[in-house]
Amino acid sequence: MLRDQDRIFTNLYGLGDWRLAGARARGDWDGTKEILGKGRDWIIDQMKESGLRGRGGAGFPTGVKWSFMPKEQGARPHYLVINADEGEPGTCKDREVMRFDPHKLVEGALIASFAIGAHASYIYIRGEFVREAQNLQAAIDEAREAGLIGPNACGSGWDFELYVHRGAGAYVCGEETALIESLEGKKGQPRLKPPFPAGMGLYGCPTTVNNVESIAVAPTILRRGAAWFAGLGRPRNVGTKIFCISGHVNKPCNVEEEMGIPLKELIEKHAGGVRGGWNNLLGVIPGGASVPILPREICDTVLMDFDSLRDVRSGLGTAGVMVMDKSTDVVRAITRLARFYKHESCGQCTPCREGTGWMWRIMERITVGNATVEEIDMLEDVSKQIEGHTICALGDAAAWPIQGLIRHFRPEMERRIEEYRSARGRAA
Amino acid sequence: MSEQDFQPATFAFTEANKALAQAAIAKYPQGRQRSAVMPLLDLAQRQEGWVSKAAMDHVATMLSMPPIRVYEVATFYSMFQLKPVGEHHVQVCTNLPCWLRGSDEVAHACKKTLGVDFGETTADGRFTLSEVECLGACVNAPMMQIGDDYYEDLDAESVARILDTIKRGERPKPGPQIDRQFSAPVGGPTTLGDIESKGKQ
Repeated sequence: MLRDQDRIFTNLYGLGDWRLAGARARGDWDGTKEILGKGRDWIIDQMKESGLRGRGGAGFPTGVKWSFMPKEQGARPHYLVINADEGEPGTCKDREVMRFDPHKLVEGALIASFAIGAHASYIYIRGEFVREAQNLQAAIDEAREAGLIGPNACGSGWDFELYVHRGAGAYVCGEETALIESLEGKKGQPRLKPPFPAGMGLYGCPTTVNNVESIAVAPTILRRGAAWFAGLGRPRNVGTKIFCISGHVNKPCNVEEEMGIPLKELIEKHAGGVRGGWNNLLGVIPGGASVPILPREICDTVLMDFDSLRDVRSGLGTAGVMVMDKSTDVVRAITRLARFYKHESCGQCTPCREGTGWMWRIMERITVGNATVEEIDMLEDVSKQIEGHTICALGDAAAWPIQGLIRHFRPEMERRIEEYRSARGRAA
Repeated sequence: MSEQDFQPATFAFTEANKALAQAAIAKYPQGRQRSAVMPLLDLAQRQEGWVSKAAMDHVATMLSMPPIRVYEVATFYSMFQLKPVGEHHVQVCTNLPCWLRGSDEVAHACKKTLGVDFGETTADGRFTLSEVECLGACVNAPMMQIGDDYYEDLDAESVARILDTIKRGERPKPGPQIDRQFSAPVGGPTTLGDIESKGKQ
């Protein structure tokens, strides 16, 4: 288990003061000027060396992403955009950072912006997080008042302004180019890539988009050293991570743990175990709604990191761990997710717009058994026609939970169909 | 009720909101004032209780945007209410993590206490009940949002208590409705015991 002194989010549960005085007591804003004084290249090298992979779901190396920004600022200003549009079902970590440790994010925003040559940054926070946005704004105001951001931030000579932009309810805006569109005052419909945001992002300017957690851990990494962070976890899957454990556990909770912790240990140590004991486990969705479900046999041994979960054909995603015990109607559960993706499709790409609704409707029929076994194959086939054929990953995200269900729980789907037909004397 | 029955003829921000709108516009670079469309629609909704067509047209004028671009935004995002809603908007999450922990019971308790179904408003116009997608408080499921506040770790009994408190004109305490420190496990954190409570309030 991760030692407490290696935890970054030491106010995760809001036990301490979230304001500047409390944040300083926890070590935030310590030596920020000196960090900036080491220069852009040093910061980006350290971030690369730390091995930090983006905490928003895709796991792209943060330092590498920062290095994509133009070295010199040309006619167009650079922007840092922080993705706080947390809406992946099962995920509630960025919320805690913003309401209880907002200064980690504000300090991280300054350092990241400096490293990519940005004088302005926007935090795009989901609209429903009203209280979280208020704490965040209060932290920004305090930091500005104290000279930590604003003109000549921390006495570094770098001018930096940070703004909060509230969304208004659209899951798809968590996709970085949809988020940029939304920030520009449009419908949140993803853009084709390329051009990538580093070349042409917000207002057509070079832009880096990072998740809240990725930015918030940066100051601690730079203070404690890349080697410290890289020494936690496993190769390519390093550092600490906030896990959100929900569903059928005795004590649902958020917890910061070491990457690569076994799923079983995570659930038993921190979440009080599966309701009714480990043997009562049916399956786990380990990384937010968009990743495929894992049956118990895999949960017994799998490690919680990017590569381990990819190897079992699922994913770490946002580390939103949704636990289901044997009382769960797993087909109904995935159908609920199918309805979610139908609701959230932005409607731009035909395979997603039409396909998410189609998959949801057939899932509703399979849930009650009113389908044929062949339709399971057709469903899988259609899911593969959506996957990889849309501008953004929402189409993939809609396809994967259903593919995971078919992969691991097909007998249950067939049983229902059989039961439905027997009940109707095979007349149907 | 036809569209014309509830659409007001005109809209104008109050003086206080005018200042807030200008502050919102100032967050964005010169010539990019269109970025303020969501903040301004939100402000209009806070003033009127919902977003009327007159309000959208007003925002369009303020931001030098074609009105259709404002309508597009207002209809795309689920938080903008395009029809009048009750004084208290009760939004119940029924997505998977909440459903696993009993959102059916929460939804039922809301319907029973308020006497309305999802998508309906009570006869006295005080409550509108809605079903919503994940609100991002999954380890405190099941949960609902009323106005700007989250009410978490709910059951039928606490839902009835919260709604009755609002009916009496009082404000229930937001956050977890069971004995629990926000998103820490029930019974106390399993971590951070070695860290003395630095910066305690």
